[in-house]
Amino acid sequence: MIAPISNFLAMISGDGRRNKVVPPTGFTATLSTAASAIMAFLVVFALVLSLAADRLAARWSTALSGSATLRVSASADQLEAQVQQALQVLQTTSGIASARVMSADEQRALLEPWFGPDMPLEDLAVPRLIDIQETSAGYDAQGLRLRLAAEVPSAVLDDHTRWQKPLARAAQRLWLLGIVSIILMIAANAAMITLAARASMAANAQVIAVLRLIGATDNYIASAFVGRFTFRAFAGASIGIALGAVVVYLIPSEEPRSLILTGLGLQGLEWLWLLFIPPFSAGTAYLSTRRAAQQVLAGLA
Amino acid sequence: MIDLENAAYSYSGNELLSGMSVSITPGAFYFLTGPSGSGKTTFLKLCYGALTATSGIVSLFGNSRASMSRDEIAIARRKIGVVHQDCQFLDHLSVIENIALPLEVAGQDRLSDQMNLKELLAWVGLNKRAEAYPPELSGGERQRAALARAIIMSPDIILADEPTGNIDWEMSERLLKLLIELNRMGKTIVVASHDLSLIRTAKTQVPVRVLRINNRQVQLAGADL
Repeated sequence: MIAPISNFLAMISGDGRRNKVVPPTGFTATLSTAASAIMAFLVVFALVLSLAADRLAARWSTALSGSATLRVSASADQLEAQVQQALQVLQTTSGIASARVMSADEQRALLEPWFGPDMPLEDLAVPRLIDIQETSAGYDAQGLRLRLAAEVPSAVLDDHTRWQKPLARAAQRLWLLGIVSIILMIAANAAMITLAARASMAANAQVIAVLRLIGATDNYIASAFVGRFTFRAFAGASIGIALGAVVVYLIPSEEPRSLILTGLGLQGLEWLWLLFIPPFSAGTAYLSTRRAAQQVLAGLA
Repeated sequence: MIDLENAAYSYSGNELLSGMSVSITPGAFYFLTGPSGSGKTTFLKLCYGALTATSGIVSLFGNSRASMSRDEIAIARRKIGVVHQDCQFLDHLSVIENIALPLEVAGQDRLSDQMNLKELLAWVGLNKRAEAYPPELSGGERQRAALARAIIMSPDIILADEPTGNIDWEMSERLLKLLIELNRMGKTIVVASHDLSLIRTAKTQVPVRVLRINNRQVQLAGADL
């Protein structure tokens, strides 16, 4: 096995004899474990936010793709003729699978959130909506607009991209923000663990002097300190994700009713992501404290 | 074994030791003398690689100290037993754990050396203090524990820096007797001490070579002590 990996595994499992040469320290032990727990707790929420944003982006990107709406506005006596003319244009446009005039009830349902129930649709100059479903090949939106402008000037094609793309982009940025937050939290945790390890080494200069006197290599001395802090990072992160998981589980999660909302909790296999946090936290603690320990020992040489 | 060839050591621009050309030969018993502050500890630190000569060459077991890596120096140090006047121990470990620490550091199985460890403790007279902690030991007990730790790896050479500095005459004689026994077993001994009566006592029992530090130079002294 590669030496660093075997060293890391030995430390995670707790090389008791090696770790015993460093006296147990009170505040650095508590501090580093608590810092790891808090950071892991925050990482859980950043992860939840990130995954929710990812789901939102995917939902917004795919939900309305392949569909469009044609809005026909005209005076009451012209409206039906314009609708039929628009349907004719749509039926002769390649890439459109179907075009269907929405019923008054469907339109009423769409407007209900804004105007309330029992709205007298027939008394209002509400445009007629035609629901368009495209084929997998899709249609030429620009070409269709030009045809409609020439043949049905009162028709406006809405292929949803106008609002769909910015929302999907915003959700993707939210996802990215979550990932960056996770990276920053892990880096901050590694920095805190490194500082604690350096403080521990400074406080145990006598131990280092004795170990050097009896022929301990830098690797042995570093391992005695690094192992302890690696284990603390692992233990702290485990506590943090356990608490975070409980809180996430308790967040009320309702089945999303619209395209805007999505559940903030973790779904299905997404819970498995939490299991990666303690080893990852321990791994970063191992690498950062090992580097710090080697630097300190080189400085003491 | 340990060779110094025109070696010098300076600190902050002040030359503490200069022009030293000394060979520590296997099996010999050396006393290093000189007034306080003359550089006895610095000389010993050069001998076990804790310091690097600022000029000249110091060789440990045939290898130049200056060209050795930190790990190579650590490995070489396992062949050198060091006893300090202030006897540095890990206070949170028991006496037996402190004495066995070099085995642990060298990756040797402690259990297979259990018998040797008990014999060693009995030899230095600490078999009843094995589970005590260093702060609980007297000055003489600490020196004997340090000696036991220094020899547990069966080193080729033992360097002792003022080992009798903090203990009474009776305990000093007892420690000297242990060092002489080790020398008779073939170990090379270098004892830094300004205690001339200790040197005279040793000379009655083993052939002793005296290295004297005078004017920052280390010289092999005559038989006038």
